[in-house]
Amino acid sequence: MSEIKMNQVPQDSFTEEDFRFVQLDERLMDKTYAATSFLKDVWMHFKKNKGAVIGLVIICIIILMALVGPLISGYKYDEIVLTQQSLPPRIPGIEKLGIFNGVEKGKNVYLDKGFADLYHWFGTDTNGRDMFTRVWKGTRVSLLIAFVAVIIDIGIGMSYGLISGYFGGRIDIVMQRFAEILNGIPTLVVVTLLGLVLPQGIPSIIFTLMITGWIGMSRIARAEVLKLKESEYILASRTLGAKNFSIIFKDIMPNIFGQLIIMSMFSVPNAIFTEAFLSFVGLGIQPPNASLGSLISDGYKSLTIHPYMIMCSITVLALLMLSFNLFADGIRDAFDPNQKQG
Amino acid sequence: MSKYITKRLLISLATLLVIIFVLFVMLDMMPGSPFNDEKLTETQKALLYAKYGLDQPFFVRFGKYLINMLKGDLGVSYVLNKNRAVSDMLTGPLGLSIRIGAKAMVIGSIFGLLFGILAALNHNTWIDSLFSLISIIGVSVPSYVFALLLAYFIGFKLKMFPILYNASNPGASTVLPTIALSMFPIANISRFTRSEMIDVLGSEYILLVESKGVREKDLILRHALRNTLIPIVTIMGPLLINLLTGSMVVEKVFAIPGIGQLMMQAIQNNDYNVVIACAFVYSALYIGMMLVVDILYGIIDPRIRVAKGAD
Repeated sequence: MSEIKMNQVPQDSFTEEDFRFVQLDERLMDKTYAATSFLKDVWMHFKKNKGAVIGLVIICIIILMALVGPLISGYKYDEIVLTQQSLPPRIPGIEKLGIFNGVEKGKNVYLDKGFADLYHWFGTDTNGRDMFTRVWKGTRVSLLIAFVAVIIDIGIGMSYGLISGYFGGRIDIVMQRFAEILNGIPTLVVVTLLGLVLPQGIPSIIFTLMITGWIGMSRIARAEVLKLKESEYILASRTLGAKNFSIIFKDIMPNIFGQLIIMSMFSVPNAIFTEAFLSFVGLGIQPPNASLGSLISDGYKSLTIHPYMIMCSITVLALLMLSFNLFADGIRDAFDPNQKQG
Repeated sequence: MSKYITKRLLISLATLLVIIFVLFVMLDMMPGSPFNDEKLTETQKALLYAKYGLDQPFFVRFGKYLINMLKGDLGVSYVLNKNRAVSDMLTGPLGLSIRIGAKAMVIGSIFGLLFGILAALNHNTWIDSLFSLISIIGVSVPSYVFALLLAYFIGFKLKMFPILYNASNPGASTVLPTIALSMFPIANISRFTRSEMIDVLGSEYILLVESKGVREKDLILRHALRNTLIPIVTIMGPLLINLLTGSMVVEKVFAIPGIGQLMMQAIQNNDYNVVIACAFVYSALYIGMMLVVDILYGIIDPRIRVAKGAD
């Protein structure tokens, strides 16, 4: 149609600064673009996001501490020592710096009570149980609940979304209305009432989280299926005589799995929060077991007398939620660098 | 548009109905009974059950409750305040909770917008990083952690505001809970405002306005902010829900006699009618807010109106 006028673009108006490398690592400049593997690309974008890397490091440290913390403290999480009640935190070495030195209200409680050689790193609670052991034991419980709940969420949400989106029509309408109504019930009400009906403990909390958690996941799965189901490779598969369920779970599912895993990273802090909420209002983990929520709830009772009892568990909870959010943000951006750079 | 609103209304009503039904089923399965007084003999208990109609079959009770509810009668309390109408018991706590929630939302919106705009105008400077840090902390850390920290440092150490709710001085008693609850809206709105504002400021129509020589204040307030506000309506729904959940725990921390407290007490005492009423109020608030946000969004943004009308 119209001829291309080469001289319309002024040759000298661009300088080197106007361009940047598509790939972030300059050493790759001579290789072909296709040579970078997807995961390497993701990792390069992820590395650039400082917050996300810090989040990942903190998560790793917390998980590590949750695994080894209760083992290295030398105390048991449910060991009640009545002579060692309400001791403030004291850590060898650091105590010389003026913090974690076992001093509360101006005097060293350890020396007063005659425990010169005793060290409770995060102090003890009102029953004389070692807080360091309990905090990490509680973190372990909170993490366990969060991960199991999220895995079940993915399982249910993905299957529901896949089936609803793939079959479409009347099945889709019924399934979507059902999800919509379920979504209309506030999580808070469901969680509180189920907390009452079910026996208290870890399985009940996981079950409660499972009931309310999968809807978001199913929506994403459904939206992805709607995009994929008209594509040619699905048509090819059907032409070759593949059954519906084999198409759904063998052809479509592997293609949306990554996306769901990323989304699940956002539900982890949510699950941790819900558990903490339940335990805080007294419907969750019961003593002598501990979770971050129940520790905060216990510490709250002596907030004004022994503030250290609550500070350690609050810090771990806040750090954990913060790092998971940072990490999830980072990994989402890394998988989809085209998205709006906020 | 009216078709869309009707559809949303119907779904909301259906949801409310399902909720009442589910609540009834759950309370039926709940261990314990509202009449726990040990002095009561079996016959007395049976009489009490008959008096309040609790001996009737499940569906009869359910039907009666629904009919009474349409008349505005939510039954009477069995345990907490013997024979007092539940609707009476609800008004005080509900008003208190809504007042605190609304204050938190208003403060959250004002500061959120302010921080977001400041961050966007100083894009990629230390101010921007500072506000980003504040907002990521606000988004991630649950409100009751803020509540506990505020109660300890400002309430207990500095003695600026009471840590426990004092009915004779509601103004000062609600300062700390309001701050604790407003952290999440502040963080969320500022985060969203910032990214939307950066988008809008980089658009061509802003360039046009700029080249016409409009003053910067007018540019931001009249042109950029307006278009930033539309998408913010979308996050209002999740924000309000978070506020509801947060308020329940924050009420416990500060011992505020709000609807959350009432529900917890009713649950612990098996006060069936109060539990149902509280849970119902929570659900109705939640559903109502979602409905308003959805419809508002359709009205504000014509593109969605068209897309949803075709739906």
